[in-house]
Amino acid sequence: MADAILQARINIIKIMGRDDMPDGLTLNKITSQKGIGITEAARRVADLGWTPSYVKEAMAFPTDYKISKAPRDPMKQVLRSYFPMQEEKDNRVYGALDAALRGDMFRNVEPRWIEWMKLFLAIIPFPEISAARSMATLGQLAPGDDLRTGFTMQMIDEFRHSTIQMNLKKWYMENYIDPAGFDITEKAFGKCYATTIGRQFGEAFLTGDAITASNIYLQVVAETAFTNTLFVAMPSEAARNGDYALPTVFLSVQSDESRHIGNGHSMLMSVLKEPDNHLLLERDIRYSFWQNHMIVDAAIGTIIEYGTKHRDKNKESYAELWHRWIFEDYYRTYLLPLEKYGIKIHHDDVHEAFDSIVKKNYVHKIAQFFSAGWWANFWRIEAMTERDFEWFESKYPGWYDEFGIWWENYAKLSKPGSVPITFADTGYVYPHRCWSSLVPCVIREDFTIDEVDGELFTYASEVDRWTHKEAFAAEYQGRPTPAMGRFSGRRQWEEVYDGWDLADAIQDMGFVRPDGKTLIAQPHLSFEEKDMWTLDHVRGHTIRSPLLALREMTPQQRQAHVEEYRKGFKIRRV
Amino acid sequence: MTMQETTAASAAAGAKVFPGSDSRRYNYFEPKGRKATHYEDVTVDVQPDPERYLLQNWIISFGDGTPTYSKDWTALKCADWHGFRAPDQEWERTHYQRQSTIVGMIQNVVENARRAGAPQRFDKAWVAVLQNHVGAFKHAEYGLGTALMRAQRYGYTQMVNNAILTNASYKLRFAQDLTLYLAEVGSDIGGFDLDAGKAHWLDDPIWQPCREAVEHIRAATDFLEQYFAVNLVFEPLVGELFRSGFVMQVAAAQNDFSTPSVISAAEADYERNLANAVELFALLLRDPVHGEDNRTMLQSWFTHHGGLAVKAALQLQPLWSLPRVKTASFADAFERARDRVAAIGREIGIDADLPALPPVEVGQAAAVTDAAAE
Repeated sequence: MADAILQARINIIKIMGRDDMPDGLTLNKITSQKGIGITEAARRVADLGWTPSYVKEAMAFPTDYKISKAPRDPMKQVLRSYFPMQEEKDNRVYGALDAALRGDMFRNVEPRWIEWMKLFLAIIPFPEISAARSMATLGQLAPGDDLRTGFTMQMIDEFRHSTIQMNLKKWYMENYIDPAGFDITEKAFGKCYATTIGRQFGEAFLTGDAITASNIYLQVVAETAFTNTLFVAMPSEAARNGDYALPTVFLSVQSDESRHIGNGHSMLMSVLKEPDNHLLLERDIRYSFWQNHMIVDAAIGTIIEYGTKHRDKNKESYAELWHRWIFEDYYRTYLLPLEKYGIKIHHDDVHEAFDSIVKKNYVHKIAQFFSAGWWANFWRIEAMTERDFEWFESKYPGWYDEFGIWWENYAKLSKPGSVPITFADTGYVYPHRCWSSLVPCVIREDFTIDEVDGELFTYASEVDRWTHKEAFAAEYQGRPTPAMGRFSGRRQWEEVYDGWDLADAIQDMGFVRPDGKTLIAQPHLSFEEKDMWTLDHVRGHTIRSPLLALREMTPQQRQAHVEEYRKGFKIRRV
Repeated sequence: MTMQETTAASAAAGAKVFPGSDSRRYNYFEPKGRKATHYEDVTVDVQPDPERYLLQNWIISFGDGTPTYSKDWTALKCADWHGFRAPDQEWERTHYQRQSTIVGMIQNVVENARRAGAPQRFDKAWVAVLQNHVGAFKHAEYGLGTALMRAQRYGYTQMVNNAILTNASYKLRFAQDLTLYLAEVGSDIGGFDLDAGKAHWLDDPIWQPCREAVEHIRAATDFLEQYFAVNLVFEPLVGELFRSGFVMQVAAAQNDFSTPSVISAAEADYERNLANAVELFALLLRDPVHGEDNRTMLQSWFTHHGGLAVKAALQLQPLWSLPRVKTASFADAFERARDRVAAIGREIGIDADLPALPPVEVGQAAAVTDAAAE
């Protein structure tokens, strides 16, 4: 009876369209039942675990770390609040994609920008799903069950990110003027010299020492530091180029990252408790920070600076964004405080990473490299123009002197029938590739070589050399590290195609349009068939591996080559 | 005229016609049907491998040389691991929609039941069953969920791993559903001991074979053995037996309409996970090269985990005697479980026929003390 009276009262309120309930009393408060508090709920859920007594679970994932302290869940979430929240986030994302089409987004979007999405979105779903897989590792390694829900949510989040990004890519493919490159996306991911760099990033999340990979490299460095440039800075640039879809998807993705950062920090605090782990933590933070810088700054720096048509001089450059997100937010407020726990932080690496961007033109040299090998891409890169030059010069004084002529040459050589710029007489020296990060050794003065297990390798910098020779080894500073990963595979793309004709390599990779002859990559944004390069236009040029050539040299020749390489080059006008 | 000036006025599809301008489908995999489904588009080949596109192979390995993904992580072999497609076709959006709908359904049922004062009207003997045995069973669900969460790391393709991942998600959600449900209805019932379930799970003889079976699944080092043991052995023989064969049939007669609603979500989850698992294992047994070896391996896994699951099921028999109003019998429930597992075995191609329940064994199992259960 009381329920009936209550319901009648609610109905009257609805009909009258007014709220005559006492202050603070809401319909929800009247009808909802007293539940258990979130802390109690999280505690009950964490109590689902137990220590097996019939048969012990073998530790499936190797680590050289000792972990005895159970990590605590800082977020105190349970799955029943997680799923509706995520569904609501999805509804907003998919609603926005529909709205973008109704608003004719692609009429005004900048092709220069969308072309780079062919590369970015070919790479990113793999690291995302690798992160999902790595939650298996942390879920098993972390003592206790307190953080299990956090890891579970992260696992499902990463599944979300991977498939929502594949969906976004499909959406671009269906609606953007030139779908070629999107249409072969996962195949391209396996073949391209640039996507292998992204794979180094993704495989590092789940291979080798489990704590190194899944906690330090993924959570403590990639998610806590570099997702800010990946998923916050880049969407801002997308919006400036008329692309509302990428910000919609990636800011939704980034909203999950705070949960992952919390998981990572909690796990790190458990690992820190054991003094024996401190040496490994120093190693892994150093390796992870440097490699994230090498890979993420190369890709995202280039996309933000060279994929945009927006040249407002009041806008922050990538260097400024990096200083804000990585230097101030991450280094000062996250890394530095770790020192009070006795962890050695390599301040010089952080400063060197920043200097490489602002003083050594790391991003510009990577963009130059991408354009030098445009024919091996599965996206288009157009030449920078006078307007771009103005912006670069204002943000990076001296830019024109070093890169202006290169881009003028690039524009001149963008017509089919020209010599591919890689082989033109510009003075450009095709770079060696770093064995650690797989990024080309573009800062010539930092180039170094070393031998590991009797074989010669090339590195972009001293930290990269240290990463391969000392960090990724069976022993670190006298301590056995059998769980640490190893670099493997055919790591250098140029080695795979050494001696091949350009046309044959492009055909072998499948980077050809459905007519069987027109390249997917083009050094311009013309959509006229007459302007498009075909296999015949690039035939007759041979790919050479700089590393194989270096290995064939005598020690004296090699020494001379390295010295010459470190001097760099000066671009000539063609 | 420069190249820059020849760009189209619009960047929308169809603004220009040129080679490749109409290539608007992912063209690097064979759809299972005539056209690729949305699930296939967002799932297939996201985890690549040297057979499909990794020109440079895996580029990091474990310390012992094992690559990032290895076919050696299961004893089962397949001529084409890429052939598997999950029948439930789940990707992120459908997964959240379904999970969120379930969460909403459960919350509505529980809120309505509590608003109507239903928990206070549950039969007292039934309250003890909820407290001690449904409370114990939630740990079994959790154990299976954690096993699957680990297993989703190892599959050779994205399609296999994602099916296991969503399975883990469903199991872990359901373990939490039960935990929070019991905590909430328990707060409406005086003297409800929320710690009793775990105590029964750890010490009650009724639950020890069940715990043993779950711990064997968790400890299995072959990820497909785990996936097989969860969905094709434990679930039909123990999970469904307890959920459908006991709780869902008995609860209403004890004035409890809310618990079956909560439990029903797991039954629906299982139908989907079973469909995925059957599809995968049937594919492996149909394999022209490795089918027979796979059959032998699955048969041995069935013998091992089936034995543990049958022991667990039989030991649960006293539970059917606990409710005051008896509307279901263990013998009937076990018979249905036996039929179910045999049918699943036929579906994939292994012999999963279990001997009929010997009457004497029923009697022996029934002799297990009720005192421990209370």
